Amino acid sequence: MNSNVMGPPDDRGRFGDFGGRFVPEALMPACLELEGAFLDAWSDPAFVEEYRLVLHQFAGRPTPITPLPRLSERLGLQLYAKREDLAHTGSHKINNVIGQTLLTVRMGKSRVIAETGAGQHGVATATAAARMGLSCTVFMGEVDTERQELNVFRMELLGAKVVSVTSGSRTLKDAVNEALREWVTCVNDTHYCIGSVMGPHPFPWMVREFQSIIGSEASQQLDELGVGAPDAVVACVGGGSNAAGVFAGFANLDTRLIGVEAAGGAAVRSGSPGVLHGMRSLLLQDEFGQIEEAHSISAGLDYPGIGPEHAYLAAAGRAEYYAVGDDEVIGALSLLSVTEGIIPALETAHAVAWIAREAGGLLPKGSTVLLNLSGRGDKDAAQVRAILRGEA
Amino acid sequence: MKSLEVHLRALRDSGRKALVPYLVAGSTPDWIRHVEAAVLGGADAVEIGVPFSDPMMDGVVIQEASQRALERGTTLESVCEELESLDGEIPLIAMTYYNLFLHYGLERAAGRLRQAGLSGAIVPDLPLEESDEWRAACDANDVATIYLVAPSTPTPRAREIVTRTQGFAYATARMAVTGAASDDGEGPRVAATLRAAGDVPVYVGVGITTPEQAKRAASYSDGVIVGSALVKLVLNGATTSEVERFVGSFRAAID
Repeated sequence: MNSNVMGPPDDRGRFGDFGGRFVPEALMPACLELEGAFLDAWSDPAFVEEYRLVLHQFAGRPTPITPLPRLSERLGLQLYAKREDLAHTGSHKINNVIGQTLLTVRMGKSRVIAETGAGQHGVATATAAARMGLSCTVFMGEVDTERQELNVFRMELLGAKVVSVTSGSRTLKDAVNEALREWVTCVNDTHYCIGSVMGPHPFPWMVREFQSIIGSEASQQLDELGVGAPDAVVACVGGGSNAAGVFAGFANLDTRLIGVEAAGGAAVRSGSPGVLHGMRSLLLQDEFGQIEEAHSISAGLDYPGIGPEHAYLAAAGRAEYYAVGDDEVIGALSLLSVTEGIIPALETAHAVAWIAREAGGLLPKGSTVLLNLSGRGDKDAAQVRAILRGEA
Repeated sequence: MKSLEVHLRALRDSGRKALVPYLVAGSTPDWIRHVEAAVLGGADAVEIGVPFSDPMMDGVVIQEASQRALERGTTLESVCEELESLDGEIPLIAMTYYNLFLHYGLERAAGRLRQAGLSGAIVPDLPLEESDEWRAACDANDVATIYLVAPSTPTPRAREIVTRTQGFAYATARMAVTGAASDDGEGPRVAATLRAAGDVPVYVGVGITTPEQAKRAASYSDGVIVGSALVKLVLNGATTSEVERFVGSFRAAID
């Protein structure tokens, strides 16, 4: 196996045929500046130390590995969960925003903007901005502000301004468009804190690096537990940041890397190569190259593309990607809740659903499996209640 | 040198300031008549926006027009077909996002543009570093590749863009997406940088809303691009004679 499967991209920001930097000229200087600033910071031991210290003291890292004995018994697998749901703000999103807001301060900028789908990245960005003394504006599709109303309030409580985006499909894709448009107008004093391993170079690489703490912790923790390298690591994938972060710890091992997409937003399973939001990747698009809207029960997976490194890992055959339908997700959420006492986010429930479906199938009986438990389900409680009561 | 470059350099050398109105193809059923009206009003070239689902460099007016055009079933192919019915010698320049060309096939797309009478292309999400393949496709089909320069572009990079752009260098007057503005922004500085960097005509766009603004922009450049202001008029149901009069008012101001 290649000794460095998830290494840095090439000089043009490409992972194989994917990635690159397809942005308006107005944003090119900012992308080049960011690339230089990240390279400089990430090779500076003082910066890395501060990043780790904030994640420890403020965000509660390292997050534990939890064995899942009752679910393991039911499914005939050896299951472990990496508990990103226990990180501050309730998901892995905090890892990335701590890194990017520290970098914002280091670059001398005073403001961050962000896009959000489910609201998790928006809340995380608002949280980190408050912690670092930065002002913060979050763009969120109007549809998402309605289905994640409480997260809008949390962001406002944290001092952020939330802009409801009414263009296009009024979901995550359009929030990204609007954030990019805003960034053009304020690039001198504002950093665009992208929430996933997507966008123009260096974002997909930088965000993966900030998220790779998930995988490096997990592989060490599994060693300490005497489990060693698992047979498979399973993570849900929208843009793909939690998956990229956990995969990074196992990519050079003999472990299967499995990404689970929402069936209505399955860029790897149903997409084709194209350019959107500054990157060449796999996208849901029609026969004319117009981007299609994703549809998922989970706002966080409602994205018609995927990070370019995932497109590369899929093309290279190093990672596998599968899709799970909305109808399988609620059952999986309930299953993990009642068997293990953990209510997962709807996004994470996609990974649980795939594991439950494929136990004894694509996951042979007795396999050791690490589930990346990317987020907690509190934010989804109202929506899940409505679905279970037949109101939605 | 490509046809568009020869044409626009000759125009500049004749002392005439170029007027380039922008229209979104397919945003109304009679959009092709609006192209003709713009020419009658005194356009030297017309920029044809091909609608894309995610126009990240465009403000609300062009977003709305693009949305309407897509709802009417507009495609790159349908735009090219309709343009083939146009008579006349006025250059047409395509403006759209890279994914539409990529999806159509770069070589095939460049050929299709030329066949439809489009002799130049502006692709705002395709910076210098990513444009080699598209440029090669355009080179093989006599389509000029036109690059933008922003107020944030450092001078050495602006010089590099001037050596690569064909037909004209597009000086964006402000750090903003397309849409109305009330001042000159940074147009004078960007245009001066570009003019000092080489011999290519320099046109100013983004935020040119009134004939008075166009007149000022023309005083420090070789031409002006008028987009959202005209598209807004069209969205509000302008007749062809209203489009002609509107373009004519810009013509009168810059002559």
